[in-house]
Order: sequence, then C-alpha cells, then structure tokens
Amino acid sequence: MKIGLFIPCFIDAFFPEVGIATLQLLERFDLDVVYPPDQTCCGQPMANSGFETDTSGAEALFVRNFDGFDYIVGPSGSCVHHIRHHFTGVEQTAAVSEIRSRTYELVEFLHDIIKVDAFPWARFPHKVGLHNSCGTLRGLRHANASELREPHFSKPESLLCKVEGLELVAASRPDECCGFGGLFSVVNESVSAKMGSDKVRDFAQAKADYIVSADSSCLMHQRGCAERDNVAIKFIHIAQILNGAAA
Amino acid sequence: MTKGTEGDRPDHAKPELQPRGARHKGNRPINQAEAAERFLAAPRHQQQHDTRLWTLRQRRDDQMWAMPEWEEMRSLASAIKEHTLSHLDAYLEMFEANAKANGVVVHWAKDAAEHNAIVLDLLQRRGAKTLIKSKSMLTEECGLRADLAKAGVEVVETDLGERIQQLDDEDPSHVVVPAVHKLRTDVAKVFAATIGSDPENDDPPYLAGAQRDATRPLILNAGAGMTGANFLVAETGAVVVCTNEGNADLCANIPNLHIVSVGIEKLVPRTEDLAIFVRMLSRSALGSPITQYTSHFRGPRKGGEMHVVLVDNGRSERLGMEEFWTSLKCIRCGACMNTCPVYRRSGGLSYGATYSGPIGLIIDPTFNARKYSNLPFASTLNGSCTNVCPVKINIHEQIYAWRKVLVRQHETPFVKRAAMKAAGALFSRPAIYRAAIERTNDALASLPRFVIYNGLNAWGKGREMPHPPAETFHQWYFRNRGGRP
Repeated sequence: MKIGLFIPCFIDAFFPEVGIATLQLLERFDLDVVYPPDQTCCGQPMANSGFETDTSGAEALFVRNFDGFDYIVGPSGSCVHHIRHHFTGVEQTAAVSEIRSRTYELVEFLHDIIKVDAFPWARFPHKVGLHNSCGTLRGLRHANASELREPHFSKPESLLCKVEGLELVAASRPDECCGFGGLFSVVNESVSAKMGSDKVRDFAQAKADYIVSADSSCLMHQRGCAERDNVAIKFIHIAQILNGAAA
Repeated sequence: MTKGTEGDRPDHAKPELQPRGARHKGNRPINQAEAAERFLAAPRHQQQHDTRLWTLRQRRDDQMWAMPEWEEMRSLASAIKEHTLSHLDAYLEMFEANAKANGVVVHWAKDAAEHNAIVLDLLQRRGAKTLIKSKSMLTEECGLRADLAKAGVEVVETDLGERIQQLDDEDPSHVVVPAVHKLRTDVAKVFAATIGSDPENDDPPYLAGAQRDATRPLILNAGAGMTGANFLVAETGAVVVCTNEGNADLCANIPNLHIVSVGIEKLVPRTEDLAIFVRMLSRSALGSPITQYTSHFRGPRKGGEMHVVLVDNGRSERLGMEEFWTSLKCIRCGACMNTCPVYRRSGGLSYGATYSGPIGLIIDPTFNARKYSNLPFASTLNGSCTNVCPVKINIHEQIYAWRKVLVRQHETPFVKRAAMKAAGALFSRPAIYRAAIERTNDALASLPRFVIYNGLNAWGKGREMPHPPAETFHQWYFRNRGGRP
C-alpha cells in the first residue's frame, strides 16, 4: 500500500516531531510511505477566510504532489477536513475527486482503513485529556458530538485505550471549541485567547497531565494560553503517543 | 446590600460597570472584536453570561436525551419548514384567506417602513396613544419603537427582559433572553433610575415585582396591544404565540385592538405540524419541555379587532439566495447562541445587529452586507450551532459561504486581500516557499507572516508564541533519509 505523507505547512515548520512520529508510526505497519518534498499548504487558511480563488495555486500543487497514491495521510484534522469538504479552488476533475476521497486524517486511517488493534510499543502512564478539534469532531466525525442524540463512539479514544498505562480524563465541556479557528485567533484575538484559557483550565481541573489532539494547531494555541496563564499542563499530538513517545 | 442568593458578585467588591455593545459609525463595518474585547474586560459580566447560557445548553441536552425521537423531530421540523418555504406564496394566500374568514384584517408590508406606517396608521385612526407589546424580534428589526415614539405613541414592552432593555435604551442581546448580558445589579440600577425602585435592592423577585407594579397600570389603560407570532397556521389562519410570562395574552386580550406583526417565514401548513415545533421550541431554547403559555389566536374578541401584518423586509430576496435561503427556517429559539463559544464570551450586543450569535452572522449581512461584513468572521466554524439547530440550518456552512460572498463583493479589508493573494502565490511555488521558511533557519521569523496576515502581534497579546524548532520536518527528513535536501 503506497501512502503519500501529507505534512501540513505549520507542522513542517513548528512541529517536526509530529511529522516524524507520523512517518515512523505508519512505517511500523509495513506501509510504503513516501514524502513528496514539494508540498506547501493545502489552501485552508485562504479558504477559511473566504479567499477561494487564492487557494487554487496551493490546491493545484497539492493535486500534483499527491496524484497516484493509494492513500494520502496527514496528522492534521482541519487540513484533511479542508481537502475533503472545501477543496473547491481547483476544477473538480476525476483526479481531484479521487485525491480528495483518498485523503485521510491519521486517526481515521489507523482506525478505519488499517484497523490497528494494538500498539505494543506504546506506553504512556499519564492522565490525558483528549481534545477533539472541531474539524475532526463535527467535520470528519471522529467521535459522537455532544449536541446530537447519537450513541457514544470515539475513534481517537479507541486508539488511545490500546496504549498501556494511559488514563483518559474528561473535560466538563467536552466538545467546546478551544478558540483557535485559524485567522480567528488573530482577528478576534481576545475571544480566541479567552476560549483557549477556559479550555486549558477545564482540562487542568480534570487533572490532566497532558492534552492530546489530532490537531497541532489547537495544541499550539492552547499551549500558548497555558504558558501565559501559568497552567502546568503538557501538550502532545496523538501520533507521538501512538508511536511510543515516553513523555 | 445583596439580598438575593444567586451570587452574581462578591459582597466586598464594588459593582463592575456594565460593558456596552458595538459602536455604530454610520454604514461602516461593525467591529465585533472590539466590542467583544470590552465585554471580556468585564469578567463578572462575561462569566455570568457564559455560565447562564451554558446552563441553557446543558438543559437542552437533558431534554434531548429524554426524547428518543429527537433527531427524527429535527428532520421533520426541517422538512416541514423547507416544504413551506418552497410553497410560500400558496401558504401565505391560504393563511390570508382563512384569517380573513375568521374576521382578522390582514396587511402586507414589503419592508420595515411600510410595516411601521401600517401600525402607526392603525393606532392613529383609533386615537391609541399607548401600545403594549410582547417581545418581537421583527419589530426590533423594523425599528418600530423609535418610529412610534417620533409620532408620539408610547410603547411599553411587557416581556420582563425586553422591558429592562427598553428602559436601559439598549437592544436585546439575545432572541429569547434579551437582558442575559446584565447582572442583577445592573437591572437594579436601571429600575431605580426609571421606575423608582430601591437602588440598593437587587433581589430578582423584588425587581420583577417592582416592574410589574409599574407596568400593570400601563397595560390596563393601553390603547392597543401588539404581539409577534411564533407560528402562523395556514390551514386555520391561527396565530400562535409562546411565552413564559403570559404577557402576550395581556397584550392580545386587554386592549380592543390586537396587532400581530409577523415575518412571512413563520408559516406552517397545518395545526398538526405545530406538534413538532411546539415540542422543539422551548426544549431547544431554554431546556424546558414547553413554554408556560402557548396561545392560539384565531380571531378578534367580541367588539374587538385583530390585525395581522405580514412582513417581508428582505425575506423574499433571501428566499432567492441559493446558499442562504434555508436560514428562513429559523424559529428563533436561540439554541445556536447558547452553544456558541464566541457568543458566550462576546455578549450579544457586540454584534451591533438585531440578530446576534451564529444565526445573526448569516442573517444580518442580508440586511446590510457592508455594515455586517465582519460578522461572518466572528466564528471559529466549529459547527456546534448547526448541531443544536432544531430545524437543521447548516449555520456554520452558511457562515463559511458568506465569507466567500463578502470577499467576492470586496467587503473585506485591503490588507487582508493583499496578504491572502501573497500567501496563495507563495504556497503555489514550492522552491520559493521552501527558501522563505528556511532562509533564517528560524521558521517563526518568516512563516507566520504568510500564514497569519498581520504578524504575530495579536497572537502574542493573550498567548505565548510557539517555540520554533531547530529544524523543519523537511530538513529532518532529508538529513535522516537521504535524497535531495
């Protein structure tokens, strides 16, 4: 199975360890993982701001980079959500539709496609609060949403439960957005920062040692809030835990 | 001093000034972020606001879990509304014919000015100097109170929250709980200044009683009464009004003249359709199974008159907007506001518009795309609003769609347009992009200028910056895996 490794721009620049963990984790399952070196950005920042026509160059490049893979896998829910649901800056050819439907966020790829049943190399003896980003929760449907009358399910939870020693703790407002929101974080910075502070405090009150997420953008924002507020809590991407990060 | 038990504020602290809403500068875009920042700078107000509304959201969830058919009900409610809106002309005429047959006079108003003129004419012809009314977002939308005041008609709001807002000369901040942004100390201050209650007493029952005592004589002597309507039933010509205070019944039943102001989207075809909506409305709004009063007005009382003013005010135009017409399904429950994390931290008045919160973001630009051009950006697109909506309006997708429309119409700041163009160009050219983010071996120094158009100044105000790593993933990959660097 040939996998195109999609490393979103901000993960490349700020969170290389997340990209590394994703690559190593996928390779543990004997997948042929290829990193196309010419990737930049999926177009999400422009699209979410309404600038659809300004996404066309980035989206066309994405299509060129990721043509021909069985699956395209990236460790960022919001970017994958963009590709699957909003990637309309380029003409919707058969190839584009194919690429869009073959693009998976890491958690759903592990859970739905290769159906991982164990992570024997992973041990994480800590209390962990799971933050589902809004893109993964309500966009990609990683888990049931608290607003809907539907049975409980959670793909990230079911993966994390396979990690030895890991204890999940729940925030009191489990689905509350943390306030990152891309450009929202700077255009509406005071509301954004307040939402982030409230989110971090909620996890701290649940006695979480770590906040884990499939989205580094939410974590980047929450970490900035925690550091500003002197809340002692650590942040880690789910790929790192599943790949066996010690702490 | 504090006689109540809600714990709005610690006894030792001096009262926090109530933050006011968005500043209006003619037709210039409302700066929601600026008003929200002032709301956040009043932490007791903000925290109480957040807690009150989150509590409503939790009660709504409890109701949802108590009703196994909840999701089916949402689908039905949505389908009925979409069907009705798709045949609106026919149902409006059916309603008109049936209402007329019941002895109701039906008026048609194409916009706010026409609506206000019709109401004023009805009042003046009967020499009515005082109008008592129940809460109606439509009359807020039409600016009715101000127009009637100019003509010398005194308007008395009878919904407690709306009366507080009227006496404080503020718009409602929420469609269901109009004064939810106020502390009870704020209310005590307003009542002391306007109806002469004890300024030191902020006990809610005392305040409600004082308002009741002050308003009852006005209600009993009013020349006319006005209500809005939650639903119009086409097949019977009935007007259905849901309240918790029973004030709409006073407005409809005490004066001889009952005027109903209602938007044309409030129709449902049949009485049995109400079974869906009446069950969903209060559960979604307040988390209570039903409102205390659900009143069906089918015609004038003996010796009285009943008029229904059907108001368009932009609704027909919205009905023709492919991406936005389903916003007309809205039943004004406010569930999207209660769940919205941005709304709870901003206060409804920060939106500077009749409709605040998520539903406001998609309705307000239909009234004035320039003035409300910032509103669709006051969202993280988290989608909680869409999930709680009892009529399944895809609110967050419409917010996203509005952004595209506003960009197409050039209702976005030049600096943002230029930055997005530059970012789009950079992301299309891998070599230049790579050189840009790695040229200083310090990703932080360059990437955010392109990712975040105005730099990190705003980011750093309330948060710490991300810590730039020693190398990018790209550099790590080629250092460790070989191949081209």
